Amino acid sequence: MAGTKTAAGSARTGLHPAAAYALRHKYLYLLLLPCVVYFIVFQYVPMYGVVIAFEDFNFVKGLTGSPWIGWDNFRYMFSLPDFYRVFWNSLALSVLRLLFTFPVPIALALMLNEIRRLAFKRVSQTLIYLPYFVSWVVVGGLAVSFLSPTWGVLGVALHRFGIEPPPFLTDPAYFRPLIVLSSVWKDSGWDTIIYLAAIASINPDLYESAVIDGANRFKRIVHITLPSIRSTIVILLILRIGQLMSNGFEQVFIFQNGANKTVSEVFETYTYSLGLLSGRFSFATTVGLFNSAIGLVLLYAAHRFAKRIGEDGIW
Amino acid sequence: MRKKQLDDWLVAGVSYAAVGLFALVCVVPILYVISYSVMNYSDYLANPFRLLPKRLDFGAYRQLLHFDLFYSGYKVTLLITLAGTTLTLLLLLLSAYPLTKTRLKGRNAVLSFIVFTMFFNGGLIPNYLLVKWVGIYDTVWALILPGVISVFNLLLMMTFIKTTVPEALEEAAIVDGANELHVLFRVILPLSLPALATFAIFSAVGYWNSYFAATLYISDRSLWPLQVVLRELVVENNMGMLGSSAQLQQMMAQTRSQPFTLKMATIVVTTLPILVVYPFLQRFFVKGMLLGSVKG
Repeated sequence: MAGTKTAAGSARTGLHPAAAYALRHKYLYLLLLPCVVYFIVFQYVPMYGVVIAFEDFNFVKGLTGSPWIGWDNFRYMFSLPDFYRVFWNSLALSVLRLLFTFPVPIALALMLNEIRRLAFKRVSQTLIYLPYFVSWVVVGGLAVSFLSPTWGVLGVALHRFGIEPPPFLTDPAYFRPLIVLSSVWKDSGWDTIIYLAAIASINPDLYESAVIDGANRFKRIVHITLPSIRSTIVILLILRIGQLMSNGFEQVFIFQNGANKTVSEVFETYTYSLGLLSGRFSFATTVGLFNSAIGLVLLYAAHRFAKRIGEDGIW
Repeated sequence: MRKKQLDDWLVAGVSYAAVGLFALVCVVPILYVISYSVMNYSDYLANPFRLLPKRLDFGAYRQLLHFDLFYSGYKVTLLITLAGTTLTLLLLLLSAYPLTKTRLKGRNAVLSFIVFTMFFNGGLIPNYLLVKWVGIYDTVWALILPGVISVFNLLLMMTFIKTTVPEALEEAAIVDGANELHVLFRVILPLSLPALATFAIFSAVGYWNSYFAATLYISDRSLWPLQVVLRELVVENNMGMLGSSAQLQQMMAQTRSQPFTLKMATIVVTTLPILVVYPFLQRFFVKGMLLGSVKG
């Protein structure tokens, strides 16, 4: 509807055409206003706020009054051994997580698709989506109640057999497995939905002719189902690679403790403790900015790669 | 032919076993927590793998009722969930409709302006400084406003309106003399209810489960949402923070449940609302996810 009768409107009211156009569609523009204000205040103002990465920011002088220090914070960051440790921890954790959490939903979706008993299928779907709706705090609570050496289920059980339970929650060696396993538990079921939708849209004729050609179920999975959902897999993989620099704050923060910090400190928690616990706002912003910049580069690279191998990419 | 049948059986067998096992792994820990919360601690110590309690003991729940932080946490969480979800739906509806008008001047600019925030944002510290600067630090608004609209959901809502509301219906209303507000509330809104229901669920679960915003923006304990209270209690193992009223001290001394049982009860009470509504809502959220995948 927009764009019609504009000339007539301006002739009648004697307004400038642009003003008449805006007046005619005033409700549409008014409806957009709250959203635009929201994005300016809660997204663009903080975006401008990254300039404090280049300042020696302090609260009294404010954003505009704090002295400009250029790239000093970045130079300092690259000279810091802590920074490289955090970089490695973030990367190692997210690569490990990707390696395990990416294939599981695909496998689950393929297997769910082989299940012909509808009741069994429905009940299992209901159950495997459930953990997605449980908060990370509760997942942390579950982990503690099962793994705590003193009063956790495993601890109590092992003590009865006279075995000293390993300190799963505090030993740095168990941190990454814990994160990976809890991610698999919480998100795998949910992530099957998108693959199941892709599988549902495959033309059934393909399967019928394969059956006539004598292909067994396994061959049908490998030669029909998998190739048909290839582009879904690629797009989701690109998105995941674009997020390789972010581990999410909530999960890591829940499983982090003083004893495992050598492996559990990732960009999110490092920025948090630098900024909010130590009050080094400028430097924390520098680290955060570096992290998002790498993220952007990764996303772009993954997208280009997808285009190169003949897939759609994400835009 | 026999070989083929055998292969088929193998694929089916592995599928049933693996999916069934995974489903059990998803639900059994939750069942155990519910069971432990009503189990006598000595029974638990005697056999921690017992799923059905020998005798029911609701002591932990009774004790929970005396914790101030638990009350205030529940109140804050309910408030932010209700207010946040309402605001999310309102903003989604209002903004998605004009953005579907592809010929509206300035629409493309606004859309790119919004979509850009999906790829880059200020980060933790600038957001924290903003919350302080706007004056909502240590208020419930800090838990509601940041993240109230997700760009992704806005795009989904736009797709939904474009695919389900026939343009002819809209034009007929305009011809009948309705303005765009009438169209939005009398035509678009009734047809968008299924999509809005889906977003309501996601938004409500998101607000209910979030603790990150409170970790950053709330220092006043009486404004802690339930998840933060739970985290202090269960993960940080900080029982002392629950309160120190004389009444509580006395009660702790007399009839106290074991901290373990108390923790289990807290987890249950925090998660219960989600578990209760979950089976009824499944239909909606799966639809919502599919809406997203159609757009791809």
